[in-house]
Amino acid sequence: MATETGIGASVKRKEDARFITGAGRYTDDLNAPGQTWAVFARSPHARAKLSGIDTGAALATDGVVAVFVGADLKADGIGDLPCGWMVKSKDGSEMIQPPHPPLAVDRVNYVGEPYAVVIGETLDAARNGAEAVQADFEELPPVVDVASAASAEQIHDAAANNQCYDWELGDQAATDAAFEKAHHVTRLDIVNNRLIPNAIEPRAALGEYDAAAGTYTLHTTSQNPHLERLVLAAFVQVAPEAKLRVISPDVGGGFGSKIFVYAEETAVIWAAGKLRRPVKWRAERSESFLADAHGRDHATHAELALAEDGEFLGLRVATKANMGAYLSTFASSVPTYLYGTLLAGQYKTPAIHVQVQSLFTNTAPVDAYRGAGRPEATYVVERLVETAAREIGMDPADLRRRNFIQPGDFPYETPVALTYDTGDYDASLDKALAHADYAGFAERRAESEARGKKRGIGFSCYIEACGLAPSQVALSLGAGVGLFEVGEVRVDVTGSVTVTTGSHSHGQSHETTFAQIISDKLGVPFENVTVLHGDTGRSDYALGTYGSRSLAVGGSALVKASDKIIAKGKKIAAHMLEANEDQMAFEDGEFRVVDSNQSLTFAEVAFAAYVPSNYPLEELEPGLSEKAFYDPPNFTYPAGAHICEVEVDPETGVVRIEQFVAVDDFGQIVNPMIVEGQVHGGLAQGIGQALLEHGVYDESGQLLSGSYMDYTMPRADDLPNFLVDTTTTPCTHNPLGVKGCGEAGAIGSTAAVMNAVTDALGVASVPMPATPETVWRALREG
Amino acid sequence: MEISLTVNGVDHRVDAPANALLADILRERLGLTGTHVGCDTSQCGACVVHLNGDAVKSCTVLAGQADGAEVTTIEGIGTPDDLHPMQAAFRHNHALQCGFCTPGMIMSAIDLVRKQGDAPLIEQAVRDGLDGNLCRCTGYQNIVRAVLDAAGRAQA
Repeated sequence: MATETGIGASVKRKEDARFITGAGRYTDDLNAPGQTWAVFARSPHARAKLSGIDTGAALATDGVVAVFVGADLKADGIGDLPCGWMVKSKDGSEMIQPPHPPLAVDRVNYVGEPYAVVIGETLDAARNGAEAVQADFEELPPVVDVASAASAEQIHDAAANNQCYDWELGDQAATDAAFEKAHHVTRLDIVNNRLIPNAIEPRAALGEYDAAAGTYTLHTTSQNPHLERLVLAAFVQVAPEAKLRVISPDVGGGFGSKIFVYAEETAVIWAAGKLRRPVKWRAERSESFLADAHGRDHATHAELALAEDGEFLGLRVATKANMGAYLSTFASSVPTYLYGTLLAGQYKTPAIHVQVQSLFTNTAPVDAYRGAGRPEATYVVERLVETAAREIGMDPADLRRRNFIQPGDFPYETPVALTYDTGDYDASLDKALAHADYAGFAERRAESEARGKKRGIGFSCYIEACGLAPSQVALSLGAGVGLFEVGEVRVDVTGSVTVTTGSHSHGQSHETTFAQIISDKLGVPFENVTVLHGDTGRSDYALGTYGSRSLAVGGSALVKASDKIIAKGKKIAAHMLEANEDQMAFEDGEFRVVDSNQSLTFAEVAFAAYVPSNYPLEELEPGLSEKAFYDPPNFTYPAGAHICEVEVDPETGVVRIEQFVAVDDFGQIVNPMIVEGQVHGGLAQGIGQALLEHGVYDESGQLLSGSYMDYTMPRADDLPNFLVDTTTTPCTHNPLGVKGCGEAGAIGSTAAVMNAVTDALGVASVPMPATPETVWRALREG
Repeated sequence: MEISLTVNGVDHRVDAPANALLADILRERLGLTGTHVGCDTSQCGACVVHLNGDAVKSCTVLAGQADGAEVTTIEGIGTPDDLHPMQAAFRHNHALQCGFCTPGMIMSAIDLVRKQGDAPLIEQAVRDGLDGNLCRCTGYQNIVRAVLDAAGRAQA
């Protein structure tokens, strides 16, 4: 049903009314009676023995209620923070998972690692107390750089050579053979720079304990409150699952960094139980920089083998991935199953081999950040392809076309374990080329040169695997949890609808798009649909939001639940109209007997379900409320073509983006306005990585980029307007035909920018971020 | 110290420590949680309010500096049924996603347009003018569009 509020309409958002009037409810907006405040004492050293902690002065500080150290949590049976994905090395051995206590016990391994928590009557009291905690540190030489980590001092007793795992994927012998018959080999050394996610809302937690009921309630900034509850109950053992409720109210952006279960909320909810008083914590931005999980940080050598006509014969990739000091919740999966599996890109490269050595360093833990592995893969593939085109003298668009998987090839099984269901890569590239006026580029370049400037153009034809994930596939590859989603459609007595979803919106607009789906499916007015999320007390166990999965998996669960509503509604209507169930049709919000003028509205059937006079009680339960779990049969494969055009001032090294075109295939689109917004935001982050952002540690392991004055966030005057368009090949295996759009901008854009910058400069590579200084040096030093 | 200030047209007397920040007074004492705190270095702009008619970062204003002042926060410029034109423009142009930067962004944008007077507002001026407000979700394009939209309506 195409309506102004149904699937396909750019409906204005339900969420906006509260956000634009200051009525949003974020975790830090909540306070509980009798509340105390938590402040953490954090390691000033990157690596040190922690031989003793004197809490006396802290406890004597005015207003300090309690001080807890790692040993206190350990003595109370609080477990380590686990990593949820077991990756095996190529020799079959399990990855090394070093102990990760919420508060450090006898070692600290990165600057900012918490080793004590001070609880105060006020925030100031807790701060003063934290300042007064005295710890004896014996400094040890830190390991900072991932490229040399394997030959540095050993950080964890169990991790020889600081190795977490040495993983591989693909057919090494076939790949080596492909290189032997290559006409040309393109080689690149690539560093994928460390990023710090920086959702504008800092992490926060409010823990409460109800002594009478023995129940805990944790409000926290999480993208997946059920996973938070599961980990805190089953692994950390704060409380039994049924005694712990986790609520993520409005959350101010996540980008992956709020997927994980962190030390701070663990200590907060545990301390609330110990003290029998509410405990609140909110991160200062400097804590976010130090202790939120960072992203990317790969060092890679990659080689592409080509035949004389440009056909790709083989791809060989060796990557060192930085895990940081400990394994964060999903850290191990990012440089493996979310990276190596994407190295086929959009191409028919027949032989691929990737080897990933993941290493510990004395830096903040590294985990999923918008795109998570797929930006790194795209950067490797698309930098290589563009470089190869330049080396063999072929147009980069033509070289890509020469190697694209064709529409007739689907389903297409790649040499790196994925089966793409559908796509049309020429279509998105052609559309992007037209938007970018590729034909006019030479003229624009000449015009720039006449003004003493250097102009370049760069492409990136990316693919991503989204809609995480088929549980069976994920579990067989080491995931510790299934990756389905749950949705419940509760038809109210008067015919309005309340939906609960396990997906979590922290900017994605589910309250709007999911209401569009329900309105469309059930014919209920959009304004009569309310979407609830983010509360383990309201929905069944669910997996939350990351990996561009909410619409493809969470939305599909709602479609399944709606189908059950319609099926039951038909039975009720058939009884009321004295017809056979198989004569009933449901269209435009009405249950109708086919080939008759007999019908009932959706609201009439809902009312009958709850006010069951003349109701077939012997055949049907009263009520009209259905739930569905949806486990996807495959990943979804959004793909697209990004084209970036830059102008470089050779005197200053300043790179200016003159034009950015993104043409994406997200399958069917529920709300084009929202999709475009998601693309804009992703592009900003991908361009930020290319030109501005860099998480930098010095050789002593101090974070140099630890504030907004040192870490360059993209601002309004750093970015251009983007030209965003779509092509559509519907996903073949979910009921909405959707693929997901949340990460594409961050996945595709970085390589396009750097391909444009290197084209402008006429050099093989420039390190990211391509700051004015970096570009200026590259121009002078080649 | 005791300070008096008028917030969104309502007079308040607040007893606050000398080092209290206006942002904390608004959020913790007056319950006006629409003003957000996103950083500790006056860089993000989530806490922007109007102090005697000018946009300021309330995390950098000591409570004492607000003594006797007129303060307007996001809660004071419009309601869901009667939105300020800038609020309406943000909604109409999908200029917000997670909503956390939005109050500060709207307060900065209102100040920017007001100070522009009758002179035409161009895109680059909006981008420059919002340089003190970080947004991680939108890539700014729709925010810029919303501000130009609201400015155009105000000047029409």
